[in-house]
Amino acid sequence: MIKRRFWAVVLLLASCLVGYFVYSTEAPASKFKFKLGLDLNGGTELVYKADLTKASSTPSEIKSSMEVLRDVIERRINVFGVSEPVVRVERIGFTGADSEQQLIVELPGVTDINAAIAMIGATPSLEFRLLAKDAEKLTQDELKNKKPEEIFEVTGLTGRLLKKSQLEFNQTTGEAMVGIQFNAEGDELFAKITKENVGRSLAIFLDGDLKSMPTIKEEIRGGKAVISGSFNGSAGIKEAQKLVNNLNLGALPVPIELISTQSIGASLGRDAVDASVKAGILAFILISIFLIIWYRLPGVLAVIALAIYTAVNLALFKLIPVTLTASGIAAFILSVGMAVDANILIFERMKEELARGRELGDAIQEGFHRAWTSIRDSNTSSMITAVILYMFSSTAVVKGFALVFFIGVAVSMFSAITASRTLLLSVKHDHAGRVLRFLFGGGFRKARTNLQ
Amino acid sequence: MFIVKNRKIFYTLSIILVVVSIVALSVWGLTLGIDFKGGSSIEFQYSADKPALDAVKTQIDTLVFEPSIKGTYLLAPYGANGYVLNLRTITEGERTQLVSAITDTVANASSTAGTVEFKKFNSVGPALGKEAQTKSLISIILVLVCIVLFITFAFRKVSEPVSSWKYGIISIIGLCHNIIIPAGVFAVLAHYYPGYEVDTLFVTAILVILGFSIHDTIVVFDRVRENLRNSNASKNKKGFDEVVGQSISQTFVRSVNTSLTTLIAILVVYLIGPVATKNFALVLFIGIFFGTYSSIFIASPLLVTVDTWKNKQAVRK
Repeated sequence: MIKRRFWAVVLLLASCLVGYFVYSTEAPASKFKFKLGLDLNGGTELVYKADLTKASSTPSEIKSSMEVLRDVIERRINVFGVSEPVVRVERIGFTGADSEQQLIVELPGVTDINAAIAMIGATPSLEFRLLAKDAEKLTQDELKNKKPEEIFEVTGLTGRLLKKSQLEFNQTTGEAMVGIQFNAEGDELFAKITKENVGRSLAIFLDGDLKSMPTIKEEIRGGKAVISGSFNGSAGIKEAQKLVNNLNLGALPVPIELISTQSIGASLGRDAVDASVKAGILAFILISIFLIIWYRLPGVLAVIALAIYTAVNLALFKLIPVTLTASGIAAFILSVGMAVDANILIFERMKEELARGRELGDAIQEGFHRAWTSIRDSNTSSMITAVILYMFSSTAVVKGFALVFFIGVAVSMFSAITASRTLLLSVKHDHAGRVLRFLFGGGFRKARTNLQ
Repeated sequence: MFIVKNRKIFYTLSIILVVVSIVALSVWGLTLGIDFKGGSSIEFQYSADKPALDAVKTQIDTLVFEPSIKGTYLLAPYGANGYVLNLRTITEGERTQLVSAITDTVANASSTAGTVEFKKFNSVGPALGKEAQTKSLISIILVLVCIVLFITFAFRKVSEPVSSWKYGIISIIGLCHNIIIPAGVFAVLAHYYPGYEVDTLFVTAILVILGFSIHDTIVVFDRVRENLRNSNASKNKKGFDEVVGQSISQTFVRSVNTSLTTLIAILVVYLIGPVATKNFALVLFIGIFFGTYSSIFIASPLLVTVDTWKNKQAVRK
């Protein structure tokens, strides 16, 4: 008995600590503040489709291209001083054949879509391609009528392998050129391409446009190339300088295309947070009133268990961390409603056992024992739903919902079998008098007996 | 026993609701949101009284776009003082023009509209929408399949008198009932009022309804499982219908109470929660309400019906 009460006190103290953690980490400087999604914070989300149709497409190459893509965009956004941007790559589609790579850029606090698009749109894509052998005989006019995919061979040498870029000038003509330095991998590939294809034309594509097409004279070692031929006069120098700057921030390995944009004003987010918090508190109060009226003492304990559940959940949101969206908060409020279920199952069972004339202690034990299979099976099915939602959701909104829902259901199972149980056992008394039995009674037992 | 005995009344009620829903769905259909069909959506709000809907429409109609948006866009009131405008996918230039046209409504409004604030802009390419449709459909089907498999597994030791996979199939019938009705309600609502669109959140709500109502059904089935075991162990074996009837009444209070607490939470979200999750809360409310109803009045009595059929066939043979 004393041991049980000891554990109940430990549990309460621990939960108070968890609660304090949740409360105190909301201080402005804390690194454990709740992470709010774009819909609550305001900001812009841009979704780009990576154009992989022209790229060499072994899965590992695509993966590394997408990683470079992400890094390049991230670097570029950081230059513009957006705080805590999220850039992530997502594979869309189920099979390898029709799969598509997307780049999702979240810019909290940026509400000017034009600025955001321009910021990312300035990233150049760079690619080197060989003119196909059978295309070499074609005349200029015939070449113009062909699609680039038809006459150029993919080499795998792209902006992915770029190390740095600098402004250079042609020694004899004084024309501006953009010098490119490849990284070690790029150097090796460039040497291999030039060695094996002496005499052929190597085309340089910038943002999908053919920039220049020099002929390979010999193997080039040292990983250096130049883009030249289109930077004339002082305007040309400026243009070349801009390209150098952009290339130094990174070049895209594949072209990207904007397919979806979303921007949310900051005030809308604030309203949503206020409304969600209000809804959460009111829901908690109403559920508590219902539980206490219907289940009396166990109801009070259930409310305490529910408070523990809430504190643990919120602490997990901070620690994992989970990015909260309006739908995520709705999932949390919903999970509070469902967390009560485990308690209700146990209490109803307990009351039944009491009605059958069992001692209070036995009734509590039986209540837990018998209700467990229901709790286990029903929560498992909820978790299956959450996992499927998470895996197959196409939007961050749904992903946020699924994650919160899963955590909620998992924690509710834990809080029902530990918190509620410890608390209930700590208040039971071996020789339950009428008062205690009254406190554990409640509900319309008569109505139910009639129903049977 | 009341429920099991009068099960035909409840079946009839549900069949009527489901049929009406299916008719509404096939006649009017669901209105797809832009995240499913592609397009753009602009949400804006006035700081004081919003101008009349027609005034805003007139202003938008002054714009000349290629292809024209006249008559194809949808403008609906949103929140206290705002509107939401849904139209085809637009370019950046068109968006800027729209924004200035809408800003002009303030100057042209006879009432004091104050200032206009653009709360939200959303644009989804058609391919992305198609993708979202496929994914949603797959996830709903996958949830259904996983649940049948899970129930068949969880009830594998219960094969008499109704085999465990039948528990799975019956729960699926209940689940279909629970998602067809809210979908039907939405088809009706969307026919009469703009703004009741099916978006990814709607699908999420449907999946949650699936999860929640199976939760409910399992609790009753679990009790049937337990009572069957007890009844088989004791000397005076009860009839299957009696076992089911007893299980329903034993779990009745729990089912109603659980749904009540969940419905309280959802109702609060609907009434005072963010505008963005209002429709979501509505779908959940309808679905969970009917979910509880079906696990008590449909799914469990169906066990008895299936058992009776089986017995009849056995007699014929």
